[in-house]
Amino acid sequence: MKVTRRDLIAGAASAVALGRTARAQTPPDSTKVRGPGPRAVGDRAATARLQRIVRGQAVSSTPHQDLMGIITPSDLHFERHHAGVPAIAPESYSLLIHGMVERPTIFTLADLKRFPSHSQIHFLECSGNLGRTAGPETTPGMLAGLTSTSEWTGVRLSTLLREVGVRAEARWLLAEGADAAVLTRSVPIEKALDDALIAYGQNGEALRPEQGYPARLFLPGWEGNASVKWLRRLEVSDAPFMTREETSKYTEPFANGTSRQFSFRMDARSLITAPAFPNRLERGWVEITGIAWTGAGRIARVDISTDGGATWAPAQLQDPVLPLAHTRFRHMWQWTGGEAVIMSRAVDETGYVQPTKAELLAQRGPGTATYHLNPITGWVVQADGRVVYKEESWA
Amino acid sequence: MTRVSRRIALAALLLTAAGQAFAQPARYGIGRAATPAEIAALDIDVRPDGTGLPAGSGSSSAGATIYASKCAQCHGATGKEGPNDVLVGRVPGDGFPFAADPKVPHTIGNYWPHATTVFDYIRRAMPTTAPGSLSNDEVYALTAFLLHANGIIDAGAVMDKASLPKVAMPARKYFVPDTRKQAAERPKP
Ligand code: HEC
Repeated sequence: MKVTRRDLIAGAASAVALGRTARAQTPPDSTKVRGPGPRAVGDRAATARLQRIVRGQAVSSTPHQDLMGIITPSDLHFERHHAGVPAIAPESYSLLIHGMVERPTIFTLADLKRFPSHSQIHFLECSGNLGRTAGPETTPGMLAGLTSTSEWTGVRLSTLLREVGVRAEARWLLAEGADAAVLTRSVPIEKALDDALIAYGQNGEALRPEQGYPARLFLPGWEGNASVKWLRRLEVSDAPFMTREETSKYTEPFANGTSRQFSFRMDARSLITAPAFPNRLERGWVEITGIAWTGAGRIARVDISTDGGATWAPAQLQDPVLPLAHTRFRHMWQWTGGEAVIMSRAVDETGYVQPTKAELLAQRGPGTATYHLNPITGWVVQADGRVVYKEESWA
Repeated sequence: MTRVSRRIALAALLLTAAGQAFAQPARYGIGRAATPAEIAALDIDVRPDGTGLPAGSGSSSAGATIYASKCAQCHGATGKEGPNDVLVGRVPGDGFPFAADPKVPHTIGNYWPHATTVFDYIRRAMPTTAPGSLSNDEVYALTAFLLHANGIIDAGAVMDKASLPKVAMPARKYFVPDTRKQAAERPKP
């Protein structure tokens, strides 16, 4: 039997409760007392209050160690912003599309919602999603919590581009946000005409402010920074704009002395979410579970190793296995005591195999930026059952 | 026909073929025409060829004064000290040691491939305490100051919409496009 994540959360929650009020007596028998009635808005169970992991002024991570399935609750979707979360009134929101188009047009939020709406379940991952200096006491969310999966609803960008009449010379478009960084990225027209969405919905309701309310660009499978939030303007052009976020940032130095630019696609990755720090195992059967995802389509396979990568066995993939979305995997393992290192490795439908740290270092060099680092990572089960992150040196 | 226009034409054809029940009109007629003034009010981006640069100008000496009062507290007295992003510094011989050495800061002088990006970014985002507050002359002056501090332009050079796009950046030659295969080009397992 393992100590469940829920036990730990319940423990933490009651510790918090203790600090605020005197601990309640043994709860009354629930079959003898009528409970409270309906409420306009529900809440999480008092013993399952979840939180993002906030780091500094611009980042919070999804606590993957506390989650199940593939959908990230909207209030736990990771955040990364460059000048805070702007407050934009929906009635004053508008999106301007101009440049190499026949009809420069302004769409209100109500206009966007009049077009055919598409809903697509996709992950969104920040391209800098690895704590390279993480120590043993690192949770899955601290290590790689800058990826989340939601059902996104909106209008296909291709529909809007048809509406405004894109000229034949068009090759790129500039997407610009209405935040205080007025963040801009250049996007190839092929992606815009393929599966790009102007999203206004997230998991069945309006976008969260942190995810771009009232409307954002959403580029399935691509690095999060390019999916510009609080979208106010799209300018169609014949060349990229070379904004700061696609030159100074979001470019990756390589060992061959170059820097890779416009590296949009997120490659395949997996993350064991349990057992992981801070779980503590007891001997017996343990479910190893986690998420895998790829920007190149569907996850084909996830392999699990319980001997530090010497041997691998395929995990079971939980349906649905959707393209460009988190996929849940599980693998039952009998822990008989003694130290063990558990690892996961994703393979996607194009045959791409999640690389090792050594393979990435050989290509990229120890000084490279954190962007697009998707190494196989592991967790050490210590002899006493404590689970810690398998620390890695990148220097 | 280009790849893109072929794609649009193909989409239109498929839509016609799909028949009445699923037909999409060529246009829905939703949204309203944007006026030139409305476009001009938002269209602040600057491209590498200088498209979008406004009238105005600024020199490095004017920029130094503005920098000291509005930027130095976050980027350091000479742009090298932080606490926020290091803006100034060159690599001996204009090398590109970033993959090997994590301690070399990425600066405008050793990493930025386009000079126009300096103007565009400062104008839209800096200072973080009052973004969008600088005049075009101030942004030109700060751009001149930072390019001069990085040893890229002379002390007397004035930056304006004609001169800025002509500034050659040392790191430009090191940037390469993504050569990973598209998903469709990869073999199936
Ligand atoms: C209150 C602190 C603060 C002030 C004042 C400030 N900056 Fe910044 N600056 C930052 C931060 C923080 C970033 C990084 C922002 C990000 O990554 O989104 C930054 C980034 C930059 C960058 C991009 C650096 C890179 O390598 O990508 C430039 C250029 C810049 N600032 C110029 C200026 C100039 C010019 C001024 C004065 C007008 C200024 N800053 C004032 C905090 C400040």
